[in-house]
Amino acid sequence: MNKILVSGKVEGIVLKSNDPINFLGTVDKKTGIISDKNHTLFEKSMKNLVLVFPSGIGSSVGAYTIYSIKSNNTAPIAMICKKADLTVATGCALANIPLITISDEEFESIKTGMNLSLDTDSTTLIHYQ
Amino acid sequence: MELTREEESALKGENGETMQMAYRILVATGEATDAEKLIPIEWAHLSGVNYNTIGDAGEEFLSTISKDARVSVKTTLNPMGFDIDNVSNYKLDENFISKQLSIRNSYETMGVIPSFSCIPYEIFDIPKNGTQVAFAESNAAIHANSYDNLKTNKESAFSALASAIVGKSPYSSLRKEDTPNITIEMKVKNPNELSYGMLGFFAGKVGDTSVNISGLAEMDQRQCKAMCGGMGTSGTCAKFNFGEGDSNTEKIEFDEKEMQNVHDELNTSEKGDIITLGSPQLGLDEISDLTAKLKGRSFEKRCMVFLPRTVKEQAQKIGYISELERAGCEILSDCCTCLTPLISKDDVDAVTTNSIKGAFYLKNSNGVGVNLKSLKEIVEDETR
Repeated sequence: MNKILVSGKVEGIVLKSNDPINFLGTVDKKTGIISDKNHTLFEKSMKNLVLVFPSGIGSSVGAYTIYSIKSNNTAPIAMICKKADLTVATGCALANIPLITISDEEFESIKTGMNLSLDTDSTTLIHYQ
Repeated sequence: MELTREEESALKGENGETMQMAYRILVATGEATDAEKLIPIEWAHLSGVNYNTIGDAGEEFLSTISKDARVSVKTTLNPMGFDIDNVSNYKLDENFISKQLSIRNSYETMGVIPSFSCIPYEIFDIPKNGTQVAFAESNAAIHANSYDNLKTNKESAFSALASAIVGKSPYSSLRKEDTPNITIEMKVKNPNELSYGMLGFFAGKVGDTSVNISGLAEMDQRQCKAMCGGMGTSGTCAKFNFGEGDSNTEKIEFDEKEMQNVHDELNTSEKGDIITLGSPQLGLDEISDLTAKLKGRSFEKRCMVFLPRTVKEQAQKIGYISELERAGCEILSDCCTCLTPLISKDDVDAVTTNSIKGAFYLKNSNGVGVNLKSLKEIVEDETR
């Protein structure tokens, strides 16, 4: 379902994961790189990308990790999820990173490397280029 | 979510960046939980105080926002990592102490009452029935909803802080109404506080946002707190409705076998090297009862007793504290067993406790063994 959790307007390249992300345990708060060997985004940086993933998991303290990567200029420019969870929602709110949720079908259609623009004031939230 | 014109302009930043961030948190939380609007709250209770849990990122964040963030409603605070009066008796490094004091300073600067307690319902006056509050401490949220006739969701550290600054919370879930789909029947005979803690832990696992509960005998404050603490530890559920529920609810029995399952999950040691009492912290009634139980007896090993500072001060006046110290208790205010940095697996293999909440965190965060015993058994086995 489409929801706007944190509003904003950005354009950028997609980094997509089909695995959920545990920000507290597996994202380096300085570099924004995923350190979990078993994660599909292992050793990938999310810096300045549009991060697309099903939802966040793990401790709510993970919201501070999102705030930290934003302070360290290694954060994504936007996040797009299938399901809203409170850790990612509050983390993006703290860090002022636009966050929306989308339908399963639209989630399936987005691929890593795609260029898209996100505008939460527009009726079509996402425009593909 | 529908916002008023004033709320919209605050969200756009017209009342400054801190207020804008607080509104962003409330809107994001509200959208995630299907709230239709924000409603006023009269009391916020914050978690995210112990440096052990929020770390450098939390300390830096609080230091930054405390420059201009101020709370707009009565706001109380969860325990921190130590008691400043006796921190030198424990092996804590300078960095931990200075970061923890910085966190304390940030909250005080924002206008928060430095209560450092996880039992606000026991040490502050309870507002009138049906008052909306925002409690982030899980046992306190459950106690408020179940026993104090207040209304709160199980808030995160962030939604409670934003609610304290704005004076409002998203109107969702337990704030509106709740119709539990599960009814748990208590079948355990002659329960003590440990049984009620395990019942709470079980209920938190099977329940969603609230559960019906039946078959309870008359319970004392220790048992009520144990049940709330247990539930807050194992899930997202934040309310007990006392009664059978209607015929549509799924019925589940909590019997000796289910209790044994919880016991087997949390009890990992035959005996403990030290004892801890308090998670949730002990109130004055429990301190009075403990003093009576220890009359003429002394602990044969270390026993840490956690309580709020205000309770310690009252207990001191009555003479309980000197009596407990005579019996060998270490009295600690402002902190708690839960996520304590004062117990390290380098020094301690296992801890004896009557707290299910304490047991869960000792096992999973401190990495020590846990030996579960009721207070009655602790006094019988560990003192002479």
